[in-house]
Amino acid sequence: MASHAIEVKNLYKIFGPNGKAFVEQVKNGLGKAELNEKHGHVLGLQNINISMPAGGVMVVMGLSGSGKSTLIRHINRLIDPTAGEVLYDGVDVCKMNENDLREFRRHKTAMVFQKFALLPHRTVIENTVYGLEIQGVPDGESRKRAQGWIERVGLKGFENHYPNQLSGGMQQRVGLARALTNDADILLMDEAYSALDPLIRVDMQTVLLDLQKELKKTVVFITHDLDEALRLGDKIAILRDGKVVQQGTGQEIVLNPADEYITAFVKEVNRGRVIHVETIMSPLSGNPQGVPITVGTALESAARMMTMAKVSVAHVVDVNGKPLGSVDLSAIISAMVTPVSHERQAA
Amino acid sequence: MALCEVLPGFLCKFPAFSDNSIRMARKSIDDGFKALVRSYIDIIDAAVQPLQVFLNFLERLFVTSPWPIILLAMLAIVYFGSRNIRITIGTALSMLAIGLLGLWNDTMVTLAMVTVCTFIAIIIGIPIGILMARSDRVQSFVNPVLDVMQTMPSFVYLIPVVMIFGIGKVPGLIAVVIYAVPPMIRLTNLGIRLVDKEVLEAADAFGSSSWQRLKNVQIPLALPTIMAGINQTIMMSLAMVVVASMVGVGGLGKNVLQAINNQFFTVGFLNGFALVAIAIIFDRTSQAYGRRLQKHSEVIHG
Ligand SMILES: Nc1ncnc2c1ncn2[C@@H]1O[C@H](COP(=O)(O)OP(=O)(O)OP(=O)(O)O)[C@@H](O)[C@H]1O
Ligand SMILES: [Mg+2]
Repeated sequence: MASHAIEVKNLYKIFGPNGKAFVEQVKNGLGKAELNEKHGHVLGLQNINISMPAGGVMVVMGLSGSGKSTLIRHINRLIDPTAGEVLYDGVDVCKMNENDLREFRRHKTAMVFQKFALLPHRTVIENTVYGLEIQGVPDGESRKRAQGWIERVGLKGFENHYPNQLSGGMQQRVGLARALTNDADILLMDEAYSALDPLIRVDMQTVLLDLQKELKKTVVFITHDLDEALRLGDKIAILRDGKVVQQGTGQEIVLNPADEYITAFVKEVNRGRVIHVETIMSPLSGNPQGVPITVGTALESAARMMTMAKVSVAHVVDVNGKPLGSVDLSAIISAMVTPVSHERQAA
Repeated sequence: MALCEVLPGFLCKFPAFSDNSIRMARKSIDDGFKALVRSYIDIIDAAVQPLQVFLNFLERLFVTSPWPIILLAMLAIVYFGSRNIRITIGTALSMLAIGLLGLWNDTMVTLAMVTVCTFIAIIIGIPIGILMARSDRVQSFVNPVLDVMQTMPSFVYLIPVVMIFGIGKVPGLIAVVIYAVPPMIRLTNLGIRLVDKEVLEAADAFGSSSWQRLKNVQIPLALPTIMAGINQTIMMSLAMVVVASMVGVGGLGKNVLQAINNQFFTVGFLNGFALVAIAIIFDRTSQAYGRRLQKHSEVIHG
């Protein structure tokens, strides 16, 4: 069954005993610091509007305390919003009654937690089957499904260990296996890879991408790592102080950072993996030269193809092979090292 | 003194209600209470009947079975509970000493009493503790009641217990349970409230119903604390059986009471030590068992 998009609309979250009373004031410009100082309430999220692509990966980024975990908890309503709605398949999650919410959580969502949140008194396999057990899936079947994912995340042989006999990265993978075993339409991953070493991390990214190719789940993925965001995200939103500062594809954000905050965020990124050839191609003059490169290829791969073919000029073609423009190696290299669009904007 | 000569009288001597009106009030409360009890006596009797049966059954079982069987059963329970050979040997030695000193039967009576009391305290205490943990309202209501139960001198609430249930084993049992149940309730409440919020959130995120959440997460994680509550309850029951012997409970407590009345120094201490021995056996076994329940937290990583 295909996943649906998640629509977050006009979402506000103000932590404190009397949050509702301050929504209007926040709408009229009351800031996070002032709200905290004068009224003792914490502004968690303000005016969030995000449309998370169906069957795609939505990445949420932002500094510590910017509200990422708060946002992801609204999607399965571990936190109730102060105002606004979260729509899935046309239904407002925030208005579901207790029963519908429980069914929604059981069958439509699975979550990986930033702090793992494993059940300490249960072994790895018992943790992994938890979601299915709650749904009432027979033990034999749920163990078989869990076993597959335990092996896939590289924890074979640890089935009967307790969580505190495992390292942090291993515990995180138990959390991952637990969520994946649930086989839900929506995967909520709150810094699901933060405790993993670089090798396993890339491997787990591949797991997610493979899963996406096959099953097309709607994934919400929180990360601090921009390279990870760009590799996984069909769409990226960047939060600051509970507000969305910019959202769009990775390339859009890298090429057109909305303000200094985001410029600082994207400064260190590997641009060669983000920018696509068509972004920097020049119009065709005369016959197409060199190797054909398909639209959507990242600069780094294009450069590799051209170097292999020992040419310094190539032409960009669309998916049907129709030539669209041309690029040369020096243009590619300069786009990889200098922020072209910034200079263009400045000029 | 001098001050009282100049001050008006009511500042020097506390202006109490007149003796007469207090006596009237006291009498009408006592009489009303007695009348109430008298009109419900059948219901009360029927209600405590199962307790009586249960207690009598256990007492007869303990007292009439051949002592080697009881001893072996006890050692088996202690060993499989604690998995500790030293505790088991200690149990064997103290029970043999108790037998040699002629206190076997009295000890069995006390043991039956404490077993039933603990059992009832658990059955009553855990659900109340759970309710308390689920609602702050219930907690703010139950807590003061527990405070009263724990600080009221135990002799005082023997009075209404005797008025309602009369003299005998069952009233004693009820008094012991009232005295011993508060730590059970408090520690169940505490244990559940201390369960990690993140873990509960995970249970919620996967769609646990509140029963599943209780059964799969809260109770198992609160279990060490609940076990501590059971341990406390046992200790307090043992302390209270002596007091309860005043209303007709037999066993070691009764001997102690007689020893006090007649100044039998040796008898008093021997029976006292028998109580201590049982207390230590229960304590060590239940603690060792509680520790074994926490096997999952043995190895701790950062
Ligand atoms: N239960 C709560 N009560 C009060 N304030 C809260 C609560 N939960 C979160 N906050 C506040 O909301 C803000 C956002 O917190 P959140 O956990 O969403 O941050 P985050 O982006 O996930 O940060 P990190 O990257 O460190 O995980 C913070 O200022 C935090 O203090
Ligand atoms: Mg967070």
